[in-house]
Amino acid sequence: MDLVLAVVVGLFIALGVYLLLSRALIRMLMGMLVLGNGVNLLIFTAGRLTREVAPIVPPGLEQAPGAIANPLPQALILTAIVIGFAMFSFLLVLAYRAYQTLDCDDTDEMRLAEPADAPNPPLSY
Amino acid sequence: MNTVIFRTIAPLIVGTMLVFSVYICLRGHNEPGGGFIGGLIAASAIAVLGMSSGRDAARRALRFDPIAIAAAGVLLAASSGLLSLFTGSAFMTSIWLYLELGETTVPLSTPMFFDIGVYLVVLGAISAIGLGLETDDGEGL
Amino acid sequence: MEELVQTSAVATADWIVVLPLVLALIGAALALMLRNNGRVTFLLALLVVVAAIACEIGLALRIWQEGPVSMTMGNWLPPFGISFTADLFGASFALAASVVTLLVLFYAEADRSAADGRDGFHALVLLLLAGVTGSFLTGDLFNLYVWFEVMLIASFGLIVTGGSALQFDGAVKYGFLNFLATTLFLLALGLLYGTIGTLNMADIIGKAPSANPAVITAIAALLLLAFGMKAAAFPVNAWLPASYHTPPAAISALFAGLLTKVGVYAALRSLVVLLPATRDILEPVIALVAIASMILGPLGALGETHLRRAMGFFVIGGIGAAFAGIALATPGGIGGAGAYIFHSMLTMTALYLVSGMIERSTGQVDTRHMGGLYASSAPLSIMFLVLVLAVAGVPPLLGFWPKLLLIEAGVAQGGWLGTSLVVALVLNAVLTLIAGTRIWAHVFWRQTTGTGKVPAPRRGLLRYAAAAAIVGLAVAVGLWPDFLLAGARMGAADLADPARYIAAVGLAGSAP
Repeated sequence: MDLVLAVVVGLFIALGVYLLLSRALIRMLMGMLVLGNGVNLLIFTAGRLTREVAPIVPPGLEQAPGAIANPLPQALILTAIVIGFAMFSFLLVLAYRAYQTLDCDDTDEMRLAEPADAPNPPLSY
Repeated sequence: MNTVIFRTIAPLIVGTMLVFSVYICLRGHNEPGGGFIGGLIAASAIAVLGMSSGRDAARRALRFDPIAIAAAGVLLAASSGLLSLFTGSAFMTSIWLYLELGETTVPLSTPMFFDIGVYLVVLGAISAIGLGLETDDGEGL
Repeated sequence: MEELVQTSAVATADWIVVLPLVLALIGAALALMLRNNGRVTFLLALLVVVAAIACEIGLALRIWQEGPVSMTMGNWLPPFGISFTADLFGASFALAASVVTLLVLFYAEADRSAADGRDGFHALVLLLLAGVTGSFLTGDLFNLYVWFEVMLIASFGLIVTGGSALQFDGAVKYGFLNFLATTLFLLALGLLYGTIGTLNMADIIGKAPSANPAVITAIAALLLLAFGMKAAAFPVNAWLPASYHTPPAAISALFAGLLTKVGVYAALRSLVVLLPATRDILEPVIALVAIASMILGPLGALGETHLRRAMGFFVIGGIGAAFAGIALATPGGIGGAGAYIFHSMLTMTALYLVSGMIERSTGQVDTRHMGGLYASSAPLSIMFLVLVLAVAGVPPLLGFWPKLLLIEAGVAQGGWLGTSLVVALVLNAVLTLIAGTRIWAHVFWRQTTGTGKVPAPRRGLLRYAAAAAIVGLAVAVGLWPDFLLAGARMGAADLADPARYIAAVGLAGSAP
């Protein structure tokens, strides 16, 4: 099962990188999303997969009876998902506003901050 | 989306979702649930309201600025961690208070206030984003 | 349930480790709630930053006397709970960050108009400060990731403050590449957790040597890439000159002073302290990155006519010098890198603030359209020249001492590595001097070609005072460098031999 998940992680990250290499903002956004999910899945796999019960202590007991799944990777993933969600929603709004104000979603055409046709610097003091 | 059926049913759905979100938030300490998922449910309720009766109605139903709600959540969560300063233990150490109310015992704790803080952060932040995206100009963030 | 947990005695005095960032976080929340009133949030932000500075001075003094201070949250035992651990470098960088923020707050107050009331500027600045302080003081790699993201979301908000098309253009590049960098960091964290099962920094120091070296090397390389991207080191630096000049001057000054330095600090800590064996394998790569950044940075500034973009290339050159310290990794080299980060936080912020003042008084952003400014603002020309000399490392200014430490360490190291780094450091100084004085000459000295004089804006004095305070600080520390040098030596000793750091965390199972 670990092997299957490792291959899936690889696929996710490859797809994310492929989409990020595109010039269109929307594809880059999708790429970030897929890449982030791949990384989350990787953390999940890194915490070792078990078929044990969920890491919840039943009422009345001080600790769980028998083996439980490792709760730490799940906490890490939850944090990462929340943060990734916040970042993604910001980037989504940003891409939308950029599309409205710059009238393009192609990063090659976004040259306002770095003008492509800037003249050479003066050659003397 | 703007059908009579949806507009009639929406307040019911919204009310149920909000009550359910509080339930999920409060049961979260020892069972599946918690502030994050509760806040998400509450924010979805606001989104449903926004779809049925428009952005302005949803904005009015929140009463406060959604960003201010999120900020209040951060404040509540941080303060709940600070309380353990007075018990001589580390930051974010939980403090429990068992209130005897007649036949039941109500456990009050700092993790619960932390969770309520998270609930408010998620509700406020996601409502702000959702309401911001529902307008044409994307204003609101 | 509580009885099962062995409570570690936590002195109330240890709270000083978390107080600066908790204060900043609470301040940010309050400022966000009160964001309709710019005056109130300004006063609140001042109060919070001054309180944070007081805490950090106390923290630094305590570390100076007793060694690193640590606190693990929620009464958990160290490898399981989230630790905040401050050593001298972390505490003094956090202090420098707060001081810089305080001065930028004053500068920004002079720049603000009545129109920008509701943008939550002060809340975002405090949130940024919380992220930066947290990154410097945390003792847990995943927590470092969280503070990185806090910093990132605050900087996202700041970089689009104002909302011009230019800013959206810069923000797209800044946003995507920095988010990608933190995702790569998270990827490395996942692999590290899967390999050694811990993310507590003190615990990693103990467990990493027994793990599979090939895996650890791959993780260290990923960390180098991620932190290099955050720091804008050479091959992955393109986002910095594309975005740092787009927001208002106060905001880009804050970014230049704080954000890239956090990346270098994280690289220093993770490569030199946490994974020292792998740093030796990656040494040629780090040296190449350092040399390329050091030389290409000032060369970029030489070919740039947009004033604040040129400053961005100086930032990159400085990052190269700090990476040179990571490549050397002797106590002298680490001390040099630490001192360089400290110097760069102060000097780069001041450089951007002064550039903002130049842009304001000429009404231009391009040095080709400036000129003859010395006649109308002599103090500005002096401040700019002092800062350029400080960045280049001319004695006796602040920038000289870190470069001296680095060159000493390089000479002591010898071999092709030490020699090439020393040559690059000297070249960096010369090129920075040429590029900086050239910009100075274009802006201040050359006959004016621009338009007529722009009317002097209101409250110019506050702006001058804020910039002059940092310049004065840079000159003063340069003239009396004993504190800086002793601090660099002591901080570097703790990084080179983390025994005191590990003892302060007090890992369960390895009790002394």
